Amino acid sequence: MKQLLNTLYVSTDGAYLRLEGETLVLSVDKVKKHQVPLHHLGAIVCLGRVAISPALMARSMEDGRSIVWLSEHGRFQARVEGPVNGNILLRQAQFRAADRVETALEISKAFIAGKLRNSRNVLLRSARDSKDEAAKTQLVRAAKSLAINLRNLAHAESAASVLGLEGDAARVYFEQFNTMIKPQMREEFEYKGRSRRPPKDTVNALISFLYALLLNDCRSALETVGLDPQLGFFHVVRPGRPALALDLLEEFRAVLGDRLALTLINRGQLRQKDFDLRPGGAVMLNDSGRKTVIMAYQERKKETLQHPVLESQVEIGLLPLLQARMLARYLRGDVEAYIPFFNK
Amino acid sequence: MSEPLLPIMLSALQHYSYCPRQCALIHQEQTFDDNVHTVRGNLAHERVDSGESGTEYGVRVERSLPLYSERYGLTGRADAVEFLDDGTPYPIEYKQGSRQKKMHDDVQLVGQALCLEEMTGKVVPEGAIFHHKSRRRRAVPITPELREFTIGLIAKVRALLESGQMPPPVDERALCKECSLQDSCQPDLMGNRGRIRRLHERLYDADDEGDA
Ligand code: SF4
Repeated sequence: MKQLLNTLYVSTDGAYLRLEGETLVLSVDKVKKHQVPLHHLGAIVCLGRVAISPALMARSMEDGRSIVWLSEHGRFQARVEGPVNGNILLRQAQFRAADRVETALEISKAFIAGKLRNSRNVLLRSARDSKDEAAKTQLVRAAKSLAINLRNLAHAESAASVLGLEGDAARVYFEQFNTMIKPQMREEFEYKGRSRRPPKDTVNALISFLYALLLNDCRSALETVGLDPQLGFFHVVRPGRPALALDLLEEFRAVLGDRLALTLINRGQLRQKDFDLRPGGAVMLNDSGRKTVIMAYQERKKETLQHPVLESQVEIGLLPLLQARMLARYLRGDVEAYIPFFNK
Repeated sequence: MSEPLLPIMLSALQHYSYCPRQCALIHQEQTFDDNVHTVRGNLAHERVDSGESGTEYGVRVERSLPLYSERYGLTGRADAVEFLDDGTPYPIEYKQGSRQKKMHDDVQLVGQALCLEEMTGKVVPEGAIFHHKSRRRRAVPITPELREFTIGLIAKVRALLESGQMPPPVDERALCKECSLQDSCQPDLMGNRGRIRRLHERLYDADDEGDA
């Protein structure tokens, strides 16, 4: 199994990264702050104002190491890509599949089935962890409701009905988000319904940031296997929108995003002081908050989970790549179905 | 006038003879997976890729020599070609590891010989594989049988690459174990269609009896 290479996240404002022998040097105002060996470094993700020397960039392209810039809040900005990338036959298969209504529907349903299964698991896991009987009952009821949507999904015959089932499930799931937050943390972290741009409470600020990191990993995984991240099956194509990366993200939101958010909140690893409240109601993770989240995210990626298809333990961080590959294999006609990632 | 032949990389011959799927993954899907084998392979190639040429032990040697054959539609490079006094080329292919994959290396060498014959007008009766591990040279006579076999192989490789199809994994686990493309190829996944079918059948069926 491919080894999970480390991703270097650089969120230091004004950092400069350069090549020194076989190492990467991070300096701020010409002062050397860190030095890490290039070996084992699979990707460099820059958040905000970070510069990279041409030599480091060239070397990274040669090694197949990706370099991505995200805004400080995680929005994709740019990516540097080396010459060996993209297989036109695979992209052609992807475009043809997207044009075939039935195939597109089949793939969309698989992504959403993954999402519903994993969301259900988050609910059930929280139900097991909860000490409050009423909360337990509520969470289990929501999980059952998701199971019904999942079953109905099997018979969905149009994109609209998939969208309807997904939307309904998301509503039921997010209605329980506060229940999944420990009572003593609810004052600091109250989820007031999904708000994206900008997030209007701490929970939204946190999950939006996690989803952004995850989306970037999905996008990179798709690009690595040669799929076009912009042509989706479930998400409608729109200029500038990484629709396929958003599709792939669906099966990971709960496992990698929500569960991690809940852990960070419930263990008190994040507090109010890790967020900035802006005039007008926008809430954003601040510098210390971002550092905590990135570290936790990196740690989480090293944990392993049982993969349903491969039937072995795989590192969580490898999941987007493994799934992107399986999607590519499906699109090239190697296997009959695309199976999303779900854990038991 | 007929279309020129789809040019085939000399290395594709070796890849195809090892496993047709590997050939398609590399030459059609453009998959390159670095693992220990290929990384070490690259290091070993550093010297030969330097493109230096000169005289060693009184023999003229060209390193990293570009090769082609219009007749067979081949293109690539030879790690090293020695030129004997009468101008007869003697290709040498550098290989990692032991000698197990003998046949696969040999076809690549024969492909080089075919190119060199067309390029120089001289018959190439022999070449050699140099094994890094043992630091030994193994001479490979370019026999009529090997030639015929290689020419047949070139046609198969061309047919595969022109078809755009992806062949199934080989049925020999031993080959996959040594293959640098295992991660992308996922031979186990392909080999287990039954598991995929079962998972697909149950994908929309959450077992919620146990939800207590
Ligand atoms: S893993 Fe096995 S089937 Fe796949 S390319 Fe390699 S040798 Fe062929």
